[in-house]
Amino acid sequence: MTSRTATSTPASSPSTPTVPPTGSSAKTSSRLRRGRPELYTDYAADMAMFNTPAKRLWTGLLLVGLLILPFYLDRSWTSLFITVFIFAIGAIGLNLVSGYAGQVSLGHAFFIGLGAFTAAYFGGTDPNFLGLGLDMAIWLPMAGIVPAIVGWAVAPLASRVRGLYLAIVTLGLLFVGGHFFNEFTSLTGGPNLGRTAAPPVLFGVDFSSAGPLLGIEMTARQRIYFLTLVFVIVAAVLARNLTRSKVGRAFAAVRDRDIAAEVMGVPLARTKQSAFAISSFYAGICGGLISLTSGGRLDPINFAGAEGLFLSVTFLAMVLIGGPATISGSLMGAAFVVFLPRFVETVAHYVPAIGSSGLFSVQQLENILFGVFIVAFLILEPRGLFGLWLRVRNYWKAYPFSY
Amino acid sequence: MAMIRTLSEALTGTSVDLAPGAKVLEVADLELSFGGTQAIDGVSFDVDRGELFAIIGPNGAGKTSIFNCLSGVYRPQAGTISYLGDDLLGHRPHAVAERGIARMFQNIELFDNLTVLDNLMLGRHLHLDYSTFSAIVYHGRAKQRELTNRRIVEDIIDFLEIEAFRKFPGGMLPYGVKKRVELGRALAMEPKLLLLDEPVAGMNVEETEDMARFILDIRAELDLTMILVEHDMGLVMDLADRILAVDFGRPLALGTPREVQGDPAVIAAYLGETDEDAAPLDAAAGPAADQTSL
Repeated sequence: MTSRTATSTPASSPSTPTVPPTGSSAKTSSRLRRGRPELYTDYAADMAMFNTPAKRLWTGLLLVGLLILPFYLDRSWTSLFITVFIFAIGAIGLNLVSGYAGQVSLGHAFFIGLGAFTAAYFGGTDPNFLGLGLDMAIWLPMAGIVPAIVGWAVAPLASRVRGLYLAIVTLGLLFVGGHFFNEFTSLTGGPNLGRTAAPPVLFGVDFSSAGPLLGIEMTARQRIYFLTLVFVIVAAVLARNLTRSKVGRAFAAVRDRDIAAEVMGVPLARTKQSAFAISSFYAGICGGLISLTSGGRLDPINFAGAEGLFLSVTFLAMVLIGGPATISGSLMGAAFVVFLPRFVETVAHYVPAIGSSGLFSVQQLENILFGVFIVAFLILEPRGLFGLWLRVRNYWKAYPFSY
Repeated sequence: MAMIRTLSEALTGTSVDLAPGAKVLEVADLELSFGGTQAIDGVSFDVDRGELFAIIGPNGAGKTSIFNCLSGVYRPQAGTISYLGDDLLGHRPHAVAERGIARMFQNIELFDNLTVLDNLMLGRHLHLDYSTFSAIVYHGRAKQRELTNRRIVEDIIDFLEIEAFRKFPGGMLPYGVKKRVELGRALAMEPKLLLLDEPVAGMNVEETEDMARFILDIRAELDLTMILVEHDMGLVMDLADRILAVDFGRPLALGTPREVQGDPAVIAAYLGETDEDAAPLDAAAGPAADQTSL
């Protein structure tokens, strides 16, 4: 469209850096690209999702690593990664509404539960419970759409209050929804009993059994690993697109200064409503897949009342620890929260003070660390793991200078 | 190869077509009270096409309240606001923005966590006509609209000479630059009426002169109608075509800078009851913070 450089320099001198390096010293190198990763000759390159060679390289390496990983991991680690992927989808959803749009929601577990049971309704094959036995190609989108519609419907109530009051309203939603889950036994099986979830059969391929995937023989777990990996990548890319578009900017504007946002032409109520709807869609997809982490069973107690509140807080922790208003932070936060118990368990073998005979049990230490990390991140690095990563990156970008 | 564009080439929608004698804005008998406090008490004025109209008054006179009524943040109890023949009363701020009224805030209202670029792109929000679905796939229409509007935003960055701050978060900018970005954000809306609420409050002489130059350039290039609220009397007297002076929400005087400057009621409002050797106005008014803002 245009080859005009972004500075006031005329377009005839394309070697001018169009974007001033932020936080790094501009290195005068005779080689154009090397050492000048922020040199752009058009706006599309600057606005690309992976706009520096380093980002492209590391994302590519991460992807390759994730693709070969399941062939070298044992069963329990593969399961942990599957949990990370599924939780990351939910964390992205919560980050959209709480991190980007600034609307703190404790009702996330309700939407996850709603997604889980919607999936069970459309895909469930157990004759004891309601279920249509449809393919995953139908039940998974429905698991997102139904919570999105409910989110859209309840958002007008929630968008009238903010801050602490919004947290309480969404908490109320959690308890009302939990009651519904517990009582609707023909769909949910009732508390502590639960029901079988929808089997992960996508286009006739049953991912819960061993078999070939793209010509490679795999265990069921490996197949589910790749299935959920694809889902989380799609979810993250779409969310990233959303946040760099006018919708994401409108979310951030509503979060930072709502009156100014409205004066700029951003309709407050409608923007909050779409934030809730999109967030609930992600929560629903997460819910639809969550049975893959729990042996194919769904228990309404996990999404209701105190258990549900704990699930909501877990997701809030992922957002806060990972980094509010960043998609990659949501992924890091989900990984951190899921891997933390395993880490504690491993450490417990070597530290005599932890364990059944020691000072704390593994479970206690887990809970303590969980709380400590949330508090520590809030105080020391509110940008979360993503912020830590930024610090490391900026240090090396400026190296050997301090700034 | 595209050339560097001037502001008037980048922003083409700021001019208004009006029948001869018609006004851009007509405000009549505006009344606004908060409980027992009468913030605006029977203010009337009109603004011509391309005019730079100024509103002055001591602190708490109701200047920002008038702006808040115009941009839909406050709802006045009585009076009419007619903008290009359209009744503005009762519209939400975003609906007012859709009609082409942009605003710069007195106490900076930048989005602190967004970069300067994103702040300005937010100004383009109403001009980015693509759906949420298109945004999610970020292809075709959404991408194309983002690119063309990015170019317009870059033209504004060029005009305001804030290239170096392009990727800085709004909250980390120096004060003078923040004000400039706010002006840019309002400009990016491609408004037909621009409300400037104390654009040079708290600025030093150099920054004030820069801002005055930008305002004059905008006038010259865009034929944009502007309303200015300002305490810096030197700036107001130099730039404004006409001035409305208010105090305690009531209009004191309306006329050219010379007329208003010499008006006994205005001098009394600023300096107390007048006597022979009343000091000139610009010595009296400092850039003190106004408490009537948002």
